[in-house]
Amino acid sequence: MLIKKSSTTGVAPQKSGKLSGILAGAALQTMDRRGFLKASGLAAGGLAAVSALTPAMVKQAKAMPSASGNIVKKKNICTHCSVGCTVTAEVENGVWVGQEPSWESPINLGTHCAKGASIRELTHGDRRLKYPMKLVDGKWTRISWDVAINEIGDKLLEIRQKSGPESAYWLGSAKFSNEGGYLFRKFAAFWGTNNIDHQARICHSTTVAGVANTWGYGAMTNSYNDIHNSKSMIIMGGNPAEAHPVSLQHVLRGKEQNKAPLIVIDPRFTRTAAHATEYVRIRPGTDIPTIYGLLWHIFENGWEDKEYIRQRVYGMDDIRAEVAKWNPEEVERVTGVPGAQMKRVAETFAKNRPGTLIWCMGVTQHTVGTANVRALSILQLALGNIGIEGGGANIFRGHCNVQGCTDLGLDVTTLPAYYGLVEGAWKHWARVWDVDYNYLLGRFQDKKFMETKGIPSTRWFDAVLVDKKDLEQPDNVKAMFFWGHGGNTVPRMPEMRTGMEKVELMVVVDPHPTTAAALPDRKNGTYLLPACTQLETRGSRTASNRSLQWGEQIVPPVFESKPDHWILYKLAKKLGFDQEMFKNIKIDAGDEPNVEDITREFNKGTVSIGYSGQSPERLKEHMAHQADFDIVSLRATKGPLKGEFYGLPWPCWGTPEMKHPGTHVLYNTNLPVKDGGGAFRARFGVERNGVSLLADGSYPKDSEIQDGHPEFTYGLLKKMGWDKELTDTERATIEKIGGNNPDAVGWAIDYSCGIIRVCMAHGVQAMGNAKARANAFGLPDPIPVHREPIYSSRRDLVAKYPAMADRRDYRLPHLGKSIQDKDVSKDFPIILTSGRLVEYEGGGEETRSNKWLAELQQDMFVEINPEDAARLGIKEGQNVWVYGPENNAKAKVKAMVTPRVGKGVAFMPFHFSGFWQGVDQRKNYPPGADPIVLGESVNGVTTYGYDPVTHMHENKATLCRIEAAGPSA
Amino acid sequence: MARMKFLCDSERCIECNACVTACKNENEVPWGINRRRVVTLNDGEKGERSISMACMHCEDAPCMAVCPVDCFYKTDDGVVLHSKDLCIGCGYCFYACPFGAPQYPQVGNFGSRGKMDKCTFCAGGPEADNTKEEYAKYGANRLAEGKLPLCAEMCSTKALLAGDGDVIAQIYKERVSRRGYGSGAWGWATAYKGSAA
Repeated sequence: MLIKKSSTTGVAPQKSGKLSGILAGAALQTMDRRGFLKASGLAAGGLAAVSALTPAMVKQAKAMPSASGNIVKKKNICTHCSVGCTVTAEVENGVWVGQEPSWESPINLGTHCAKGASIRELTHGDRRLKYPMKLVDGKWTRISWDVAINEIGDKLLEIRQKSGPESAYWLGSAKFSNEGGYLFRKFAAFWGTNNIDHQARICHSTTVAGVANTWGYGAMTNSYNDIHNSKSMIIMGGNPAEAHPVSLQHVLRGKEQNKAPLIVIDPRFTRTAAHATEYVRIRPGTDIPTIYGLLWHIFENGWEDKEYIRQRVYGMDDIRAEVAKWNPEEVERVTGVPGAQMKRVAETFAKNRPGTLIWCMGVTQHTVGTANVRALSILQLALGNIGIEGGGANIFRGHCNVQGCTDLGLDVTTLPAYYGLVEGAWKHWARVWDVDYNYLLGRFQDKKFMETKGIPSTRWFDAVLVDKKDLEQPDNVKAMFFWGHGGNTVPRMPEMRTGMEKVELMVVVDPHPTTAAALPDRKNGTYLLPACTQLETRGSRTASNRSLQWGEQIVPPVFESKPDHWILYKLAKKLGFDQEMFKNIKIDAGDEPNVEDITREFNKGTVSIGYSGQSPERLKEHMAHQADFDIVSLRATKGPLKGEFYGLPWPCWGTPEMKHPGTHVLYNTNLPVKDGGGAFRARFGVERNGVSLLADGSYPKDSEIQDGHPEFTYGLLKKMGWDKELTDTERATIEKIGGNNPDAVGWAIDYSCGIIRVCMAHGVQAMGNAKARANAFGLPDPIPVHREPIYSSRRDLVAKYPAMADRRDYRLPHLGKSIQDKDVSKDFPIILTSGRLVEYEGGGEETRSNKWLAELQQDMFVEINPEDAARLGIKEGQNVWVYGPENNAKAKVKAMVTPRVGKGVAFMPFHFSGFWQGVDQRKNYPPGADPIVLGESVNGVTTYGYDPVTHMHENKATLCRIEAAGPSA
Repeated sequence: MARMKFLCDSERCIECNACVTACKNENEVPWGINRRRVVTLNDGEKGERSISMACMHCEDAPCMAVCPVDCFYKTDDGVVLHSKDLCIGCGYCFYACPFGAPQYPQVGNFGSRGKMDKCTFCAGGPEADNTKEEYAKYGANRLAEGKLPLCAEMCSTKALLAGDGDVIAQIYKERVSRRGYGSGAWGWATAYKGSAA
């Protein structure tokens, strides 16, 4: 009883009389997550984990007090979520010995979550992948970097010869720095394929598509700090208390200081909901009816911002027509939310403006993800909450650099900075890269494939497994790169596993071996290359609020690991395009491409989104003067950077020399463009069916054009008579780009940034001044409509709200209605949803390998409502089988009986892997590189289902069956 | 002389466990020993609240009163520390503690206990300040460096406060009066015989 060994830690001791007054009674009545672990027979798992620790790992005190006193402080950025917390490291003789609070960071103000506060462990790395390895007849064998690069390169060239460049798939990472990410995208272009993607596909691809199609840019409009200005807040489909804990500091300050109502809308009573003033429980997959339910009351009572809609929104009347169908009775029937609560929430949010709307994966990971995002955006437009401080679509991105890597084009549909894949885009980047367009064309199968979007990462294995005749590319995928991407974060793992087994070459580049190394039954042709973390190199990363932050190297790469840019250079050299690819990037000692040169190169090309002004020099200055920035406005109030916004949040227009301060709040007409103001982007033409798409009487402060206007070209500049203000160099650049038709050169491909500079001098935004689109013509559902999840248990609603008809896209078949038509709800009656835990991140290999985090969460589990558990005879802590409706899928996990989930709904976290259908796979990892904690992956049982715009997977609403597995513990 | 105290504002605590891993990180606390932990009440239900718990460095510390070898001592800052050289691992202090703070490594079979370990308010132990000997036995001594415990310094929402009892009580009072609610500073009355707000 007294002994506090690993198996009995983590909860207040029971039966201690003196505790009872404070916590014991309550804690015993309702088990918390950690209490649950203890009660659920953690002993076995805990002891197993302990016995797996090497003696070196449990040894005390690596961080002894300094003997020499030679401690150096280094600043980098946390590599976990997108909040962008500064990490302050104390380094002695190349060892990271201590971590101190980063008080001066305006984003985290000294604080961290469990992951940030334990990040030092990463560079000690007992469980890291230590050197390159390959599978030889099923055994992991150590090899040298040279051998690895040579063998991988030879195999790639063989596949290219045999099947063409489209048969290699480059799955990159939101863990890259901007420099690594940009280089990875460029690498794929030089290899000659658009089969390149990263985690944005599975986290916020539908957000990017949804908001970009509404008002111009696919990004969070305000910032975490700006939430201090909010008078009300809705968090929908997000659990930032676990996924972005430090953001809660800003949320709770807004809540407390402004007495702002905090409304949490979620199927699950999350740790965030515990701090809400109002919690709204919805049935998974009914986000659009919920939003329309709110809009119904808003329109009914005239609470919308009519003048804002008149000036700045196109097509709101089309929304009104759809909303009219969603009366309170129908909303309650579909979502489960009582009418009175809907009305109260609508009134609260409408009458406490500015209000911010925060959303995460609960909104995005659906077959209607893009439409969900559009509905949420429309709610904010109706209330005039976009483009103002305290308002905004505050989309909390997931990984530390998922915003940056999205911006830099790690995506099957675009080159860096959202130029797309059209000929003009390739020519723009060919100019920036200083290579001949025809050289790039020659790298591809042909011009068609150069301009055709690739296969989304959610479906790479379909490109391995489908019959060639159903695949619109010359051959199936034969070579698969997992470059910083866990294999357990997308659904249909049984099929993915088969895909992994079928590819000829599989390369994992990562600080850890990842699921990909352990899951498939492969004997040969798998390589593991140790990449270092961003803490072991330098470069910039973009936080969710679009601020770029420069991290300095804390310690050199540990063991034989290498930075991404080094590995890419070596591989390019082997494949024979290093000369062209690194033409303007200096190669430093040790074959390392110069990081600052890479930043400068993307600065030059990313004119369209204003990644052009954030030179490495400016970014380093910002890190050095963090303390000068105000924590609400993010503007420097003193010092050399006075007037600039922290991290030069994009768009930071023009060249670094133009000294644009960055844009804290997007589309904010209360500020001049040169001071961070703006308007909605004129991205969709000037009119549609005789109705203007340009803003009506709304314009950024001090603009000389006091109305809407289209995007600027050199021709328009001439018409305004402003072209004479261009410098000779700028004019020469524009004319060189334009060739025979310089007038057609648009602001976004003018990499002299002359058009932007001259426009700004006149107070005008070069990207135009348009209305946001409530009606996003061109999308599959221009007006968002409710569609039942394709695995829906509500058969009474399926006929009225059917899934989209089967179609084709992204080179593949895309099924919807044909799956929905089959009723499996008799055998699989429980709705299954998934999400995050605070201790772990993403696929979880890295965090489950961190002893300080792993100790806190040692078991994979499923949350089951007490009523369901009673009906199924399932007791707290016992093992259960969770069955999925496809591929005889099943997973054996612990049951956690809790009212956190509603009746008929189950929840599983998604960070686990290393158990497969009840079987421990620890032996499949390279010895010493297995994570401390293993568990079944939720995606072992999740199902088919993809958003029609981005092929985002459905991970929040599927069906399952839960059965007790043996006697209760 | 300041009187050091802890205060956890449960309206702010989100159970992120930064305090727990910050403690592990700063003091290299081994697996299985938890100087600090977060406890959640009414988990998953309306009224769910979490609190971060560790040794509270009580005003009239029961551990000190029951220790048969008198290994505890109180610093001028009011921090309750102990000597691992004197500790015999008897476990009395664990029974006495209202917060479940004392921890014991298992040193052998049949449940034999090692020397007690607990939160030191990042103030080390009886050995000379910031020596290897002190670190090996007790972990960091931030107080001697003019810093506060890392758990509170890194708390994601600034729920956990550490420092001069008068100062943190004032911060908490201002918070409660501004927002108009507060479910009380957990454990404060038990540890310090008074109310924080």
